[in-house]
Amino acid sequence: MRPPAHRSRFPWLFSLIVLPLIVLSLALLPGGAAASEPATADLAATATPKPTAKPTVRPTVRPALKPKTTIKPTATATPIPPWAPRQLSATLKGSGASFPNVLYQAWIQVYKLTVPNVAISYQSVGSGQGISDFIKYLTDFGGTDAAIAEARVKTEAPDALHIPMVMGAVVATYNLPGISNLRFSPATLANIYLGNITRWDHPAIAADNPGVKLPDTDITVVYRSDGSGTTSIWTDYLAKISTDWKTSVGSGTTVSWPVGIGAPGNAGVAGTVKQTEGAIGYVELIYALANKLPAAPVKNSSGNFITPSLSSVSDAANGVTYPASLAVSLTNAPAATAYPIAGFTYILVRANTYTDADKAKALADFIYWGLTEGQGASVRLGYAPLPTEARYLAMKQLYKISVKGQQIFSGPVK
Amino acid sequence: MAQSEALNTGFWRRLSRRTQHGDGLFYLGTLLFALVVIGMVAAIGLVTFNGSALARSEFGLSFLTGREWKPVDTDVRPATFGAWPAVYGTLVSAAIAVLLAAPIGIGIGIFLSELCPRWLRTPLSFTVELLAAIPSVIYGLWGVAVFAPVFRDAVAKPVSRSLGQVIPALAGPVAVGRGMMVAGVVLAIMILPTIAAITRDVLAVVPNTQREVMLALGATRWEVIWQSVLPYARAGVIGGVMLGLGRALGETMAATMLIGNSQRLSSSLFAPGVTAASLVASELTNANSPLHESALIEVALVLFGITLMLNLFARLLVWQVSRGPAGARI
Repeated sequence: MRPPAHRSRFPWLFSLIVLPLIVLSLALLPGGAAASEPATADLAATATPKPTAKPTVRPTVRPALKPKTTIKPTATATPIPPWAPRQLSATLKGSGASFPNVLYQAWIQVYKLTVPNVAISYQSVGSGQGISDFIKYLTDFGGTDAAIAEARVKTEAPDALHIPMVMGAVVATYNLPGISNLRFSPATLANIYLGNITRWDHPAIAADNPGVKLPDTDITVVYRSDGSGTTSIWTDYLAKISTDWKTSVGSGTTVSWPVGIGAPGNAGVAGTVKQTEGAIGYVELIYALANKLPAAPVKNSSGNFITPSLSSVSDAANGVTYPASLAVSLTNAPAATAYPIAGFTYILVRANTYTDADKAKALADFIYWGLTEGQGASVRLGYAPLPTEARYLAMKQLYKISVKGQQIFSGPVK
Repeated sequence: MAQSEALNTGFWRRLSRRTQHGDGLFYLGTLLFALVVIGMVAAIGLVTFNGSALARSEFGLSFLTGREWKPVDTDVRPATFGAWPAVYGTLVSAAIAVLLAAPIGIGIGIFLSELCPRWLRTPLSFTVELLAAIPSVIYGLWGVAVFAPVFRDAVAKPVSRSLGQVIPALAGPVAVGRGMMVAGVVLAIMILPTIAAITRDVLAVVPNTQREVMLALGATRWEVIWQSVLPYARAGVIGGVMLGLGRALGETMAATMLIGNSQRLSSSLFAPGVTAASLVASELTNANSPLHESALIEVALVLFGITLMLNLFARLLVWQVSRGPAGARI
């Protein structure tokens, strides 16, 4: 009836603003899944260019990789055909642990130079979120510092594969003016965190540190207030070496701490410890090394006090009896030179529910590349590389990935 | 001529019809915006209600009073969740904040609108508003790095050693200096500009006759403000305080950095605690189990409920005081 061809200027402009809003709200209202898909894709897209802000990574990583990859002798004498990632075109989305984020972003950036058509993104959202994103099929791969609980694997993610990528460790740091050479035995650490030892001049601490003059200050315990893989490794260790801890507190990304105060993030814990005389806290090894915090040696299962370092952390993965799933806790490891509070960080992939063969191939290639060439970068960035045995086991996990019954990866174990 | 007139009237008629049409569109558009707000509140309520289904069926109403927040299973007990430490911490830190910020904020507002010399008014107003524009993480950072250590050494330690021996609420130990008290003080600074700016604005619109009448009766400045200006504006002032309280209840970042994040209930205000918002922000992204996640969402629901009740209470209060003559004594 009314010709809509000409309208007065103002309402027309106004409707220009309103209509898209209506459309937008309608698109967002029904079906959360449909709407969240493009949203996460957008996030992923914005997340990818981020590492370009750090140009230092590429030049330092590249040359270091060369020797590591080409000459890696294995038991067989037959020459190994040179492996190279297949030139595919795929988009891979991942999310999870924040601990390996720096490394993964560096990997993604360098890998793009080799395989330009595989776009990989990794969002550092925390291990727990990474696992649930992976289980809900929001991502193609997940990152986590703690293996998915066995019960949860059975019910929610029966075909999830754990692939260890690098290793990390958690160290105890403290603030006692004039003292930077403390060491701890497991029971002492547990008793401090349980609140049984409340003063620094306690005989148990003195017994671990002969010759150190301990002050009579109160111990202030500091822990991570945010749920984190760091807490998970730390509490897993305490639960292994102390039955009291195991029964009264337990282990997880957040626990109910018997004493102390919580601060967010590694930086929060380190800052609180720095501010408070007599404080003890725990942070990631990388963080402690980068910020030159005192990192206490801890007595391992063989009775040796081991200083946390990249090599003593790598040693924690030696001599471990691995289950088929590779989902294993590495705390209190058996090796004589192992630092006892260490763990893998995993990438989660699916064994047989990928539908896009190219995607699965591209993912397997990337992970394989990370386990071979990428390990050199890990050392430079402060991550402990996997020892040979663990690396081989990790590679063999890739053989279990199949799409429509077809195995999609057959790179050599080297 | 006749033709042009017809065209003319047709044009005007069309134009008026068109603007009416535009009015309708405008009406619908603004209505939509208003409905979106209601929809958002409903959606937040719905999502937190649905997300907390697991925890609600597990713990029921005892969740509200539960004092245990043990997020992991151990061999001897399953994980248990109770919101009381978080609710307690939220209410106490917000109460400290409002008790400190309300008198000072109202004082600033009175000074700015009634007593301030003209040359000082603009820079002072600007500074107060600037305080409101600082992001909370910066307050948190400042609190952690600068204020908490000073507060610990200058206030918390001496007070806990003297008054704290008698009054349990002020007892030690204050080793780190993070706790409900210091969080409350920083929250007070954060909500100060809200209260001050609103007080200034509502006092500015009090009609001059209110003041003139009192002055004509020979009242002092103080009497004018206290007996005539403030009572006239009290509904707005209360509204400003409630807005500040709302901000203190929901503040996340600064609270997380300063409150110490401990689930252990303590009678001392210097002891670390936890607020609902900081608890959810800290633990939700990396929850141990679906039940843990669900419990955290229920904490969010509880916080939502507290805010809602606070708003209702504020409405009631405003309604209560705005009955009767506008300028009556408090």
